[in-house]
Amino acid sequence: MSDSSAPRVSLFVTCLADLMRPSVAFASIRLLEQAGCIVDVPQRQTCCGQPSYNAGEYASASVLAKQFIEQFEDAQYVVAPSGSCAGMVCEHYPKLLDGEWRQRALALAQKTYELTSFLSDVVQLDKAPAVMTELPTITYHDSCAGLRELGIREQPRELLRKLCQVEVREMQQTEVCCGFGGTFCAKMPEISAKMTDDKLRNATATGAAMLAGGDLGCLLSIAGRARRQGIDIEVRHVAEILAGELYSPAIGEGE
Amino acid sequence: MELQSQHFTRKAVAALADEAAAAQRDAMALFTPVVREAAVQQFGDFEALRQHVKRIRRHSLDNLDYYLARFELEATNNGNQVHYADSASELNSIVLDICQQHDARKVAKGKSMVTEETGLNDYLKRGGLEVIETDLGEYIIQQAGETPSHIVGPALHKSKEQVRELFLEKHALGERELESISDLVGEARSVLRDHFLQADIGIIGANALIAETGYSMLVTNEGNGDLCANLPRVLIICTTLDRILPRGEDATAVQRLLVRSATGQPQTCYTSFYSGPRRETELDGPLETHIVLLDNQRSDILASDYREMLQCIRCGACLNHCPIFTASGGHSYGWVYPGPMGSVLTPLLNSLEDTAALPNACTSCGRCAEVCPADIPLPDLLRDLRHQQSQENIGSPRWRMGLRLHAWVAARPGLYQFLTTRVMSILNKLGRRKGSFHKLPFASGWTDQRDFPSPQGESFMQQYKARRDDRE
Repeated sequence: MSDSSAPRVSLFVTCLADLMRPSVAFASIRLLEQAGCIVDVPQRQTCCGQPSYNAGEYASASVLAKQFIEQFEDAQYVVAPSGSCAGMVCEHYPKLLDGEWRQRALALAQKTYELTSFLSDVVQLDKAPAVMTELPTITYHDSCAGLRELGIREQPRELLRKLCQVEVREMQQTEVCCGFGGTFCAKMPEISAKMTDDKLRNATATGAAMLAGGDLGCLLSIAGRARRQGIDIEVRHVAEILAGELYSPAIGEGE
Repeated sequence: MELQSQHFTRKAVAALADEAAAAQRDAMALFTPVVREAAVQQFGDFEALRQHVKRIRRHSLDNLDYYLARFELEATNNGNQVHYADSASELNSIVLDICQQHDARKVAKGKSMVTEETGLNDYLKRGGLEVIETDLGEYIIQQAGETPSHIVGPALHKSKEQVRELFLEKHALGERELESISDLVGEARSVLRDHFLQADIGIIGANALIAETGYSMLVTNEGNGDLCANLPRVLIICTTLDRILPRGEDATAVQRLLVRSATGQPQTCYTSFYSGPRRETELDGPLETHIVLLDNQRSDILASDYREMLQCIRCGACLNHCPIFTASGGHSYGWVYPGPMGSVLTPLLNSLEDTAALPNACTSCGRCAEVCPADIPLPDLLRDLRHQQSQENIGSPRWRMGLRLHAWVAARPGLYQFLTTRVMSILNKLGRRKGSFHKLPFASGWTDQRDFPSPQGESFMQQYKARRDDRE
């Protein structure tokens, strides 16, 4: 494709998708290309600095933020399959950095999007890239950063209904945190587990067989707790579902 | 009050193990956001009011010196005696001095978190006074020998049955049923009535101080504040200097915001303005009134990067919306103020070192900031406290070093990709079949409560490069 008017997207893979679940990044590329975008993947990207930032390690986080800005600031659009990683760039880089770097951060924030909001609000994807296999009823987990920092709520649900013709059944307390919180879940595991149990109870109460979400951090934590507690619910990133890439086992499940 | 915040995690785990109490907290967490939301929706443009009050609070704090002087002048003209207390112990001794000057024996108190902060009750008791809390919740926990678990509902941790047992044990009133909540309230009311009539001194707090008139404003639902203020000979109002507002209409703006955020009511049953002692032509009211303005670190907070915290109007909405508060319960926070606002205030009013867990009791979910009527960026302030902890080497060195190492490697993309590729590949080979790990070295925090999902395979970067190389 050499359409010069096509949106050019630099994929912000996110470290969790890179390391834990590459299928999410491949699905993202597929969806973006289906929407007519030209996608490139900056090869030296690593981590946006969110773990350091949340822990109050601002010096380390600044180093990674500047590295990220340098790698991505020439892009037309930056898209990440994660609300919290996109939120880090959009909301927190400008708070973290000063002076000229803040200006560069603000400019980057203007063109950085979470995947489902980009597909829905910017390029208006209305057709799935693959023929959909039959999907079970899905309940959608809102991750806090996406929901509150970026206002992502309807976009993923709408895409699931429109592209996959799937029923999305709302769980109770969908705006309450699942207990992941980055290092929080390992620093205060019992409190975190209680919050994840609440989330899982609300999710299974819907009768949905699959829990979808837009942030791998939450999903790894929810799936890990479901495995530990023997709760049978398939946990997947929304990009995989939208792209019809359901070949690999769900998060936390064996081959 | 003795600081116990260093035991936050241990106490929270114990609180979770008490299933009945945990279920009661869960029920509150379902209920309180719903009533607040309904009140906010009914109001109309709540956000405009919120921003308006935020501007007022900021303006008041920016000009605190001016408005304090004005308040003092007006309040003194109204016949009040205004005292400044730099520290908790200074407030306590000012209050005890006033009590002793009047040969007081009994003190009736309205709800006041400031006097919880200074430990006034114990201090007065040591000075030989009988102190009766008259807010129903405060009365219950005073009888039980406990501390507030919530800044608005101090006895929210108590069940109806527990209150019944408590009253049967503490009130020598013989055989009685006390089955319904109204029985319990009725009994407390009749017991408290005598205390109000006998008290020599009344002590209340304030929700706002109005500079232009020298009045103070108090909102209550039980009317006990008014009885404390009007029946005893002497009234002492204990509050902090950051409660100051320029005008009467600013106080009522705060009231509209506060009440809806706190209890979801459009109005509390009582909103009272106290001007000063009884005037010559008046038949009732106190003969002497004192206003004690506590600083206790507020000036330091005002001069720090945490000054937005002083905008807090003590509504408790952040507690009601915090899932960590719900899980842990207010007592786990180990001091006076729990929940998100407490996790900011407690370190600032005590020491960062002794409260190390509190700024970490947060997932940055942002729900508190979303509902905060004063628009305080609580998750940002908590993160800034974690930053300060890191700078002062407070907290686990293992976490700090781990995160710094991670960032150091992540700032070297070649090395990062070399290392992560290998680690993920090993984890994938070990975990692929079962899909997740029950135990994992260096990840015990995670695997303590949840399995660790196995990585899917080679890293994305590696696979992407391989596919691209294939194409070329």
